[in-house]
Amino acid sequence: MSMNSTVLTVIALSALVTVIPRILPFILVRNLRLPDAVMKWLSFVPVCILTALVIENMLIQEESSLTIDWPVLLILLPTAIIAYKFRSLSMTVVTGVLLMAIYRNIL
Amino acid sequence: MLTDSVGRSDSLTFVQGFRDCVPTLFGYISVGIAFGIVGTASHLSILEITLLSASVYAGAAQFAICALLLAGSPLSAIVFSAFIINLRNFLLSAALAPHFTKESFLHNIGVGILMTDESFGVAATKLKQFGSLSAHWMHGLNLTAYLFWNLSCIVGAVSGQWISDPEAWGLDFALPAMFLGLLFLQLEHVPTAKWKLYATLMLCMIAAMLGLSLLFSTHIAVILATVIVASVGVVLDK
Repeated sequence: MSMNSTVLTVIALSALVTVIPRILPFILVRNLRLPDAVMKWLSFVPVCILTALVIENMLIQEESSLTIDWPVLLILLPTAIIAYKFRSLSMTVVTGVLLMAIYRNIL
Repeated sequence: MLTDSVGRSDSLTFVQGFRDCVPTLFGYISVGIAFGIVGTASHLSILEITLLSASVYAGAAQFAICALLLAGSPLSAIVFSAFIINLRNFLLSAALAPHFTKESFLHNIGVGILMTDESFGVAATKLKQFGSLSAHWMHGLNLTAYLFWNLSCIVGAVSGQWISDPEAWGLDFALPAMFLGLLFLQLEHVPTAKWKLYATLMLCMIAAMLGLSLLFSTHIAVILATVIVASVGVVLDK
């Protein structure tokens, strides 16, 4: 077991900059009543951000190029069918991981 | 809580929060193990991996921190990357915070401090089903996720001595699969009258993500695209 002081500083500062955006809205919103338009805007955040995160995982960004991660896109298609059919998160994730493991080891 | 006379599946108790976390656990476990393995491969000690997952508690940022440490990047660059990658949490917290204003300040901090994409996804779905959320339910959800995430990272760190390539096991794919699953759960609760609106917004998201990722880091693109397209949603929704 070892602890490097640079690593420790990185961990401490990264934790700090991560926790601020997590808790700040909870502090700001406490004493405010948000206008209806803002609440409506916030109601679109889940679908938008989850779509963004799925797409982010399908992209490979390097220094000066942006490419599509075809294996991820390919395996996401059957995974989407499972997600739609079973409406079960665990089923979706287990199937996805299995399909990707099969793809990488066999194909 | 156990004597709760209300239908337990419909309550917002701590125990129900734990139950609602269970479907997401395989995702945390897969990615956590993958992280532990990558951490070990990046020459971090088990103690460092444990501290990182317990204090930063954010999948993508933890992977980036390992990669940048290994590459010998300056401290400021690593911390800035972690900040940018996790900045989207501001949006997640902002979307949920208005539903906790009646809870105490400490409960609010507690809910926010353990916010993840997955717990946000589950909470947003619960909100659509139930119409409200409670801090106790959220703590049950968050603490279960936090516990399993840290245990999985440690298991991965230990097994990293024998396994070097978590990708061969498909473990990294748990993340996109989980986001897709959460997205479908969200869409399930979209009223029929709004299907067209949501389809439009999702197409806009695809276009915005592709376009913005050409100009910015994908982590920034996630935030900008969401901010822009959610605004489009407000304009289009009458």
